[in-house]
Amino acid sequence: METFKIIMMATLALVMIISAVMAVVSKKMPLAILASGAISLLASVFFLVLASPDVAMTEAAIGAGLTTFLFFIILRKTEQNSHENEK
Amino acid sequence: MKMRNSIAIALVLIFGIFLFRIFEYHHTSTSLNNSATYYNTNAPAEVGTANVVTAIVVTYRGLDTLGEVTVLFLTALIIGYILKQKNREKSVVNYTSEILITAVNILIPASIILGVYVFINGHLTPGGGFQGGAIIATGIVLLILSNPSKLMNMKVLHFIESISGFTYILIGLAGLLFAGGFLDNRILPLGNIGNLLSAGAIPIIYSLIGLKVGTEISSILASINETKENTIKP
Amino acid sequence: MSLTIDKIALILGMALMLTGLWGGFTQKNLLKIILSFSIFDTGLNILIVALGYLPGRTAPIIEGEVVTQENLALVAIDPVPQALVLTAIVIGFGITALMLVFALKMNQDKKTLDINQFNDLKW
Repeated sequence: METFKIIMMATLALVMIISAVMAVVSKKMPLAILASGAISLLASVFFLVLASPDVAMTEAAIGAGLTTFLFFIILRKTEQNSHENEK
Repeated sequence: MKMRNSIAIALVLIFGIFLFRIFEYHHTSTSLNNSATYYNTNAPAEVGTANVVTAIVVTYRGLDTLGEVTVLFLTALIIGYILKQKNREKSVVNYTSEILITAVNILIPASIILGVYVFINGHLTPGGGFQGGAIIATGIVLLILSNPSKLMNMKVLHFIESISGFTYILIGLAGLLFAGGFLDNRILPLGNIGNLLSAGAIPIIYSLIGLKVGTEISSILASINETKENTIKP
Repeated sequence: MSLTIDKIALILGMALMLTGLWGGFTQKNLLKIILSFSIFDTGLNILIVALGYLPGRTAPIIEGEVVTQENLALVAIDPVPQALVLTAIVIGFGITALMLVFALKMNQDKKTLDINQFNDLKW
């Protein structure tokens, strides 16, 4: 049981590190924003396994929900500005 | 560009060496240290909550929470001032699908009830003001998404936020007059651990914090949504 | 070195912090820089919560028969890092929102998001 938990957490940690590198390196913005949302969601699972349900709830509501929405709405407002410039 | 990249990698590696010292020095302990033992043994009896983290956030380190509420208020103020517009008009974007509008009509009351439940029961189960406020803000964000051309009633949001913040300070001062100190929760009776009406003034304080945080985040997102796309400032 | 969950969380937190810092130094798009700072915040919060974990124990909340008021100091973990991280997550969101609104205003002024174009303060 203990080793199963350790293997599962190591796999989640590997997925999070790969998502972080992908978020920084990729050229398309929506992919990077979705990768950072996935990092926040998996971090919420990590907080639950580390026996902190308060922090897990806060990270899921604020990190995975509101921050991703904030990035997308700013992306939309700035892309419309840049497209006006290129026309 | 090559030199800039190599300087960046060098700085990151130096920071990584500092972090590695933390990893080397840390050993997994098997018993709590002194302050954690004090909080775990005395918090349910002194403060009256079942959730020790709530007791720490609201009463033992209540001034940190006051500072956090102040920082969020300042952020909402600055964003509302920067994105101010003289004449608010409806934007022309109004093409959303029927499925979204119908689903949002069901989801908004459910998410507001869930948010209110989370911050009222903050002293019994995991949860509290910040989590409940974020859930309420998610419900109002769904309102913005389903109907992007409709203007949000900012006066109601600002009124709820101001009244919540002001009442929070008044309860803190009442703790100074009637109980041990600023933001003491013993102005109301402590009751039994596990009941809804227990832990003194903590349910009231957390409800006010939840409403304040929820309406602040909603007003930030509504201000960003209403900026026009191609305004040119001279 | 025995591999427990908090050591995995420690390594993960450090890796996320280094990735976010590297992204903040080398990227050109303004939104990418802000995204890297958000990843740095998440990594730092994981690091702080991992420092307060004790193996084999549970969350510091009284419930039912397992965790009662008497044995809370023997079966629960340290509650102080959780209270600090709760504040840190909310303030990190506020700072990210402020940075993004400033990026929006800068974009309205110069119509681009490339950070090499903003050289008004250089001399």
